[in-house]
Amino acid sequence: MDMQVPKKKLGLKERYTLMTRDLAWDTTYQTKEKVYPYADYEGIKIHDWDKWEDPFRLTMDAYWKYQAEKERKLYAIIDAYSQSNGHLGVTDARYLNAIKIFLTAVTPLEYMAHRGFAHVGRAFPGAGARVACQMQAIDEMRHAQTQIHSLSNYNKYYNGFHDAPHMFDRVWYLSVPKSFFDDAITAGPFEFIVSVGFSFEYVLTNLLFVPFVSGAAYNGDMGTMTFGFSAQSDEARHMTLGLECIKFILEQDPANLPIVQRWIDKWCWRGVRLLSIVAMMMDYMLPKRVMSWKEAWEIYFEENGGALFKDLARYGIKMPACAEQIRQEKDHLSHQVWATFYNYGGATDFHTWMPTEDEMQWLSQKYPDTFDKYYRPRFEFWREQQEKGNRFYNKTLPMLCQTCQIPMLFTEPGDPTKICYRERSYKGNKYHFCSDHCQHIFDNEPEKYVQAWLPVHQIYQGNCFPEGADPTAPGFDPLAAVLEYYRLNVGHDNGEFEGSEDHRNFEAWRGMAKRND
Amino acid sequence: MQVAAVKDYVGVPRDVVDNFHGNQLVYIGWDDHLMFAAPLAFPFPPTLRFGDIVEKVLPGAYGYHPDWSKIDWSKVEWMKSGEPWTPHFNRTLAENGIGHKDALRFRTPGLTGIKGSCS
Repeated sequence: MDMQVPKKKLGLKERYTLMTRDLAWDTTYQTKEKVYPYADYEGIKIHDWDKWEDPFRLTMDAYWKYQAEKERKLYAIIDAYSQSNGHLGVTDARYLNAIKIFLTAVTPLEYMAHRGFAHVGRAFPGAGARVACQMQAIDEMRHAQTQIHSLSNYNKYYNGFHDAPHMFDRVWYLSVPKSFFDDAITAGPFEFIVSVGFSFEYVLTNLLFVPFVSGAAYNGDMGTMTFGFSAQSDEARHMTLGLECIKFILEQDPANLPIVQRWIDKWCWRGVRLLSIVAMMMDYMLPKRVMSWKEAWEIYFEENGGALFKDLARYGIKMPACAEQIRQEKDHLSHQVWATFYNYGGATDFHTWMPTEDEMQWLSQKYPDTFDKYYRPRFEFWREQQEKGNRFYNKTLPMLCQTCQIPMLFTEPGDPTKICYRERSYKGNKYHFCSDHCQHIFDNEPEKYVQAWLPVHQIYQGNCFPEGADPTAPGFDPLAAVLEYYRLNVGHDNGEFEGSEDHRNFEAWRGMAKRND
Repeated sequence: MQVAAVKDYVGVPRDVVDNFHGNQLVYIGWDDHLMFAAPLAFPFPPTLRFGDIVEKVLPGAYGYHPDWSKIDWSKVEWMKSGEPWTPHFNRTLAENGIGHKDALRFRTPGLTGIKGSCS
């Protein structure tokens, strides 16, 4: 009888080598340059890819095991939430508007991140980094899926959830997140890693998945809380990957430092501009608030991010120059952005409203130097007008920043009463910017940013009407045509929250849950 | 560096004046009135009389504000590209030297928004 000889169990290191480095090969019938055409053009010099080590030594077989376990728990909770009519357990239907923004603005970014990491995984000549990027690509795909599954539960009951992927490519304000990732994904692989793996993961996902998702929990949204915390455990690994990649790049050649610094400066700023929408979600859209945007910013950017930059100082990396402006804007950001969406609430896929007196008091307390002085008078005026049946809608399209694509709503650093205007001429055309930092980003690569698809300009060029629309037909209503092109259900998805279908239904259904009539 | 690319690369601007079917873009902002979240963007023909913008277009855009009816147009200060500038109301945009994507601002002295908050 043959004896079964037990195989020697592999150690972690051997296993990791087998599952990563052993998957690599040297090119023979094609040159390495032809196989990896994007490895050099950004100017980054890598001398030895083998020096890169995955900090988690994560291999694909272990990955499936861990993630499958997380998925099982997540879907059990989503299912229980859905079966128990969890949507009626949220604090207030106003809250769901933040979730509509999440579904239309954030979830498609997860999918874009998946595409980006799949591409980078293909473009990097080093096997270790390639495998790590591949696993992150799968994570990002999973995040998109779990978010769609969790949030689409609300689509059965509330307006505005019906067409997120269609809207992502078209609706005016969604050009902001879209342009962020289009910019990142059309950069080279090293810039992509710095933009998403470092700046985006550190600056954005921490603030989104920790304080905002805590807000979801506070407001009774178990589905969002569960996918948020599931995603956050991946984000911790992603951040480490981003950081390790940056350290690796910097250790490989001193010539890489100025390039990486420019990318960090650029992407911290782009990330902060993108976060503006999360600022208003936290301060204005969570009926029960966990902490103010400013407090979250101080913890997750100033303290955590500050520690990170101290860690990178030994490589010569400096805190981005925009940090000072960001520090000043934290007192204004959420109010200015909410005011903008209140202006343009007739063209959004979610509802807006004015804060109640209680909420204004909370805002005064959290923003003692700015709220009462600059924003309360405006909000009280709007509320008075609304009560008289004269709700404010700004019907003229706004001027946009060429780089971040956000309406030019930001004020001068140091003067919150003056809009910040910056402009540049390039090859005979004028371009406008919301800040010095957005202008510098343009100045560094004008050939890239002159092509920006700015929604307002596209609307005025006639490129945002439904197929077959005839703008020369008598009685043609351009605004109605644009909203139809967005697939926005006017009168249901947009406008004022007070008295909306969502508001009425939520009150009626909640009432039915408490009574027997 | 104009762009980082694997080969020679030239960007095609999407917003050149030729794409606007005879119009040009003009941006207008009302200083100290942040109730209007951002400056506004308009497509105007270059043959449009400047006064028609102030008399016929801006009331629809800014008339909601209680300060609008109090404006003394003889005292309004204008800026173009951030520099002081004087428009001629009876001349066209082209005759006023207003090009595609020019940013104009006007300030209405004495009017500083809701309760002086520049709202």
